[in-house]
Amino acid sequence: MDKLFTYLALPMVQYALIVGVLIALCSSLLGVTLVLKRFSFIGDGLSHVAFGAVAIASVINLTNKMVLVLPITIISAILLLWTGQNKKIKGDAAIAMISVGALAFGYLLINQFGTSANLSGDVCSTLFGSTSIITLKSSEVWLCLILSIIVIIIFILFYNKIFAVTFDENFARATGTRASAYNLLIAVIIAVIIVLAMNLVGSLLISALVIFPALSAMRIFKNFKQVTISSCIISVVCAFLGIIISIIAGTPVGSTIVVADVVGFLICSAVGMILKR
Amino acid sequence: MYITVKNLSVGYEGEVVVGNINFTVNKGDYLCIVGENGSGKTTLMKTLLGLRKPMSGEIIMGDDLKRNEIGYLPQQTVVQKDFPASVREIVMSGFQGRCGLRPFYKKEEKEEALMNMERMGIKDLADKCYRDLSGGQQQRVLLARALCATRKVLLLDEPVSGLDPKVTVEMYQLIKELNNEGVTIIMISHDMEAASKYASHILHIGDKLFFGSRKGDEEAWINFLHI
Ligand SMILES: Nc1ncnc2c1ncn2[C@@H]1O[C@H](COP(=O)(O)OP(=O)(O)O)[C@@H](O)[C@H]1O
Ligand SMILES: [Mg+2]
Repeated sequence: MDKLFTYLALPMVQYALIVGVLIALCSSLLGVTLVLKRFSFIGDGLSHVAFGAVAIASVINLTNKMVLVLPITIISAILLLWTGQNKKIKGDAAIAMISVGALAFGYLLINQFGTSANLSGDVCSTLFGSTSIITLKSSEVWLCLILSIIVIIIFILFYNKIFAVTFDENFARATGTRASAYNLLIAVIIAVIIVLAMNLVGSLLISALVIFPALSAMRIFKNFKQVTISSCIISVVCAFLGIIISIIAGTPVGSTIVVADVVGFLICSAVGMILKR
Repeated sequence: MYITVKNLSVGYEGEVVVGNINFTVNKGDYLCIVGENGSGKTTLMKTLLGLRKPMSGEIIMGDDLKRNEIGYLPQQTVVQKDFPASVREIVMSGFQGRCGLRPFYKKEEKEEALMNMERMGIKDLADKCYRDLSGGQQQRVLLARALCATRKVLLLDEPVSGLDPKVTVEMYQLIKELNNEGVTIIMISHDMEAASKYASHILHIGDKLFFGSRKGDEEAWINFLHI
C-alpha cells in the first residue's frame, strides 16, 4: 500500500492514470460498431500498420512519435475502407496483406536501423506496451489528452448517426443519410483510437481493449445507449485497476489491463446468464 | 406521377439480372412486384432506392417526390439479428435522413415516433430489445421506422417472409390500412394470392414481363392472375 501511495504522488504516475483512463474511455466507444460491422478486421489491420509506423518513427528518431504514426494510420484506415468497398480486391485479403506486411516491415526496420541498445525490449514494448504509458513524453501526454477529448466530443455529436449507419446502412443510405461520409468518419475515429490505445497497451493488444468492454456490456444490456455507456464504465474501471495493479505488482501495464478486461468479461457473462434465468 | 421507370435494366457488375422494365407509380398506388426467387426483385428495389446505379434506362421521380422520401423495409440481414438496440432507438433512427448534420432528435420527432409505434401496435414494446421480439413484431418495428422516414412511399421487401399465417394476414392488413391512409406502397412478394387481393398494380419480372392495373385492361389483369 505504502508503495502505491508513494507512486501515486508522482506526477508521472498521475499523468499515466489520467491518460490511461481517457484512452480506455475512447477505445470502448466504438466497440459495438466494430464488433457488429466488418470494421473489426480494419481495427486489427490498423494496429499492425501503427506498429510499422512506430518502427519508422523510432528509426528516424522522432521525439513525438504520434506526429508520424497518426497520419499514417488514418490514411491506411481510409485506404482499407476504400478497398473494402471495391469488390475486386477482396476486403479481408487486402487487410491481411497490409497488416502482416506492415508488421514484417516494421520489425525489419527496427532490426536493421534501430539505434537502441535494447532491441528486443523496444520491439516488445511496442507490441505489448509494457512500460510506455509511464514513459510518455509530456508532449505525447498532451496530444493524447486532446485527441481523447476530440474523439469523445465527435462521438457524442455523431452518436445517432453512428447508430443508424451501424444498425442498417442500406436503410440509412436509402432515406438520405450520407452513409459513406459517416463510414469514413468512423474509420478515421478508429484510426485515432488505435494510435491512442497503442500507447496504453501496445499494438498487439489493442483489439482486446476495444472489443472486450463492448462484448462484456452486450452480455448484460440490451439497448445501444446502455451498452455504450456501460462499456465505457467497464473499460475505465478495468484500465484504472490494471494500472494500479501493475504499479503494485510490477506487472506490464498493457497486459494487466487486458487481463482485467478479460476478467470483466467473465463476470459480465456470469451476470448475464444469471439475469436470463 | 411519383415514379416513372423507363427501359430500366438492373444487375451487378456489368451483368444484367433483369432488363426492359417499364412501369409507373402514382400517389396512392399499391404496387406488388412478383416473380421467381432470384429473378431480380430485390435488385430492382435497391436500384429504385438509389443504392445501386441502373445499368441502363431511367428512373424519373415526379410530383415533388424526393429521393429521401422513400421509406424502406429491407429483407432482414444477419447484423440486425444480434444488435443490442431497443425498439425506440430503431424507430427513432428513421428520422436520421432528415436530420442532416443536426446531432440530436427534436421533441416533435420523439412524439411522432411514439405515434408511429402506437399506429403499428408496438408502443408498449418501446423499451424492449429488438432481438427478443417475434418475427412479426420485428417487422412492425421496421415498418414504424420506415414511417418515421416518410409518409409518402414505402418500399417493402418481402415483409411477410418467415411469419406464420395469422401474423402474415395481420401484416398485410396493416399495410393495406396504411395504403388507405394515402401511403403509396411498393411491395415485393412471391405470394400471388396476396397480390391479387390487395394490389392496385402488379409488376411481374422474370422470363415474362407484365405490368398491369386492376382498373386498367381488365382482360389482361384477369388473364395474368389465372396463369
Ligand atoms: N451482391 C450481388 N452481387 C452479384 N450478384 C448478386 C448480388 N445479389 C444478388 N445477386 C444475383 O442477382 C440475382 C437477383 O437477385 P435478387 O434481386 O436478390 O432476387 P430476388 O429478390 O428476386 O429473389 C440472383 O441471381 C443473385 O444471384
Ligand atoms: Mg429478394
